[in-house]
Amino acid sequence: MSNVIEVRDIVKTYQMGAVEVHALRGVSFDIQKGEVVAIMGPSGSGKTTLMNMLGCLDRPTSGDYHLDGELVSSLTDDQLAVIRNRKVGFVFQSFNLLSRVSSLANVELPLRYAGVREGRRNLAREALEAVGLGDRVTHRPTELSGGQQQRVAVARAIINNPSIIMADEPTGNLDSKVGQEIMDLLLSLNKKRGTTLIIVTHDPTISAQTERVIRLIDGHLDEESNGSKPKPRTNPVKRKPAKTSPERSRRTRKDVGKGSES
Amino acid sequence: MNLAQTIFEALESLNGNKMRSGLTVLGIVIGVAAVIAMLAVGRGAEASITGSISGIGTNLLFVFRGDMNGSIRNPKPLTLGDVDALADKFAVPSVEAVAPALQGSAVVSFGGEQVSAELYGVTPEYFSARNYLITEGEYIVEEHLLGRASVVLLGPDVAEEIFGHSDGVTGETVRIEGQPFRVLGVLESKGGGMFGSQDRVAVIPFTTAQARLIRRSTNDRVDIIFIQAVDSESVPQASEEIAQILRTRHRTPIGADDFTVFTQEDMLNTASSITGILTIFLGGIAAISLLVGGIGIMNIMLVSVTERTREIGLRKALGARKRDILIQFLTESSLLSLIGGIVGIGFGWFIAFIVRQIAVATGTDFSPVIGADAILLATLFSAAVGLFFGIYPASRAANLEPVEALRYE
Repeated sequence: MSNVIEVRDIVKTYQMGAVEVHALRGVSFDIQKGEVVAIMGPSGSGKTTLMNMLGCLDRPTSGDYHLDGELVSSLTDDQLAVIRNRKVGFVFQSFNLLSRVSSLANVELPLRYAGVREGRRNLAREALEAVGLGDRVTHRPTELSGGQQQRVAVARAIINNPSIIMADEPTGNLDSKVGQEIMDLLLSLNKKRGTTLIIVTHDPTISAQTERVIRLIDGHLDEESNGSKPKPRTNPVKRKPAKTSPERSRRTRKDVGKGSES
Repeated sequence: MNLAQTIFEALESLNGNKMRSGLTVLGIVIGVAAVIAMLAVGRGAEASITGSISGIGTNLLFVFRGDMNGSIRNPKPLTLGDVDALADKFAVPSVEAVAPALQGSAVVSFGGEQVSAELYGVTPEYFSARNYLITEGEYIVEEHLLGRASVVLLGPDVAEEIFGHSDGVTGETVRIEGQPFRVLGVLESKGGGMFGSQDRVAVIPFTTAQARLIRRSTNDRVDIIFIQAVDSESVPQASEEIAQILRTRHRTPIGADDFTVFTQEDMLNTASSITGILTIFLGGIAAISLLVGGIGIMNIMLVSVTERTREIGLRKALGARKRDILIQFLTESSLLSLIGGIVGIGFGWFIAFIVRQIAVATGTDFSPVIGADAILLATLFSAAVGLFFGIYPASRAANLEPVEALRYE
């Protein structure tokens, strides 16, 4: 299996007034094609920042990020936009649908930015059918339930056949039953299409359904686990080059070893 | 993204906030309507003034005594001798007809009604030179001059005021300064001119005026000479020839002419430069309101960008490049001003129409002219306003960081 994501020693520092905020302090990991990974961590641990990096919404201050074999950490804004359009599908906590237009038009949007001219309607319709909303194509988001809106968002995320789906608390605004339906939908899409699925979440019941958890604390990797078989073997090796800061690397390695069997 | 789709989406988004879009468009509507209406009024004024000047006769020249600013002392009066010299076809080939006139004012009365009018003592050439036609009766001819006949041609306003109507008055006897005159006919209306109404006149034979109504110190004095050039192209030529003759006859040094040759063209130039300034002035005031409308667009677009920050963030997350966002917002602002422009043209047209109706109702000879150039100007200007004032908000939207924009509440 090939790595769809290779992150090497990613550092992100924000300047907030006079204060430097270290959101990520050197993070390295790989994610294989078709994997289902949860990113967890308390507030302020840098998981949103990491998600923004992985989703190509932001660039790291230093470090390399390869997405699908392409080094994306040094691209321009517009190049990143193209990468997002082609390789990343986003599912947000608050759905982020355009309320003025139909679900079909919402799903179509990435195709339009991709420059697809012909057959957009049909592709969008297929995507909506794939998420079980074939009968809601003309409805506006305001006429749909929360679960249905999130399904539209999932349809929009998969329309361009992305390499990865980034889901940021996808069930956060839904009750547990509907949330589970969305989870099932995402997992089934992962099975059927082999799309890599990365879920940022607080919810342990969500992370329990993933193959692997990337845990962040204070901008460091805390542990990486959840029964992904190749990981314990490859990870310590891969972590080695990331030795710019000795104490950080030490802790990470130790944590991985501890957490991997739990 | 193709253009139609972009426009459609922009319309949809504008439609999503009807009240706000409507009010923004209103600003542009008022601006464009003001520009259209003001230019139309300016043009109308120009057309009306040049029209009334042309009504005097397109190849007409006036010669009068003295210069324009009165700096020549003791100018020699114009005489019948001058008139004869100017009528010499060989000396002055560009001149078609020469009409000397005496000018004064007189009270014309009939029954109990009386009216004060410009009184002209003229020769038969007067009518062709000044382009006067009559609606009834006949012109003054050579016999009237020879016999110093007591006949008069009345301007339509004069006839209207003393008879109550301007037709069927030929043959009546009116009194001018108390002396009885037979009405020979009625002149056709020429409308208001630069020298007061051209319809408020009484025209009598030159010799009659000389002998009985407009007395001058010597018998060969002439107040004004109307000269008709052979055609409108030869007016400057005629002007030069006339000046030559009169300089010789009056023995004036070069550059100190004691007479003035005034052409129709001089008048037209003066008038159109005045109305041109008027038009620019009116248009300029109107353009300010268009500018204000443009600032309104910028204001609303800035609000809209702030309000839709999350939407912009989402679009960027989905792969919109800077250019896509820029085009989206520029399309919206341009559409706002273009719609405003189109409605404004209609509205401006309506204002011009109202002005015309008022002019007709009050009997003023004035009609606003809406030129294709004014419409083109207003349309281009309004679209440019939309683009220009849309650039700042649109670039602000395009340069939003996707991460920041998505986080915006």
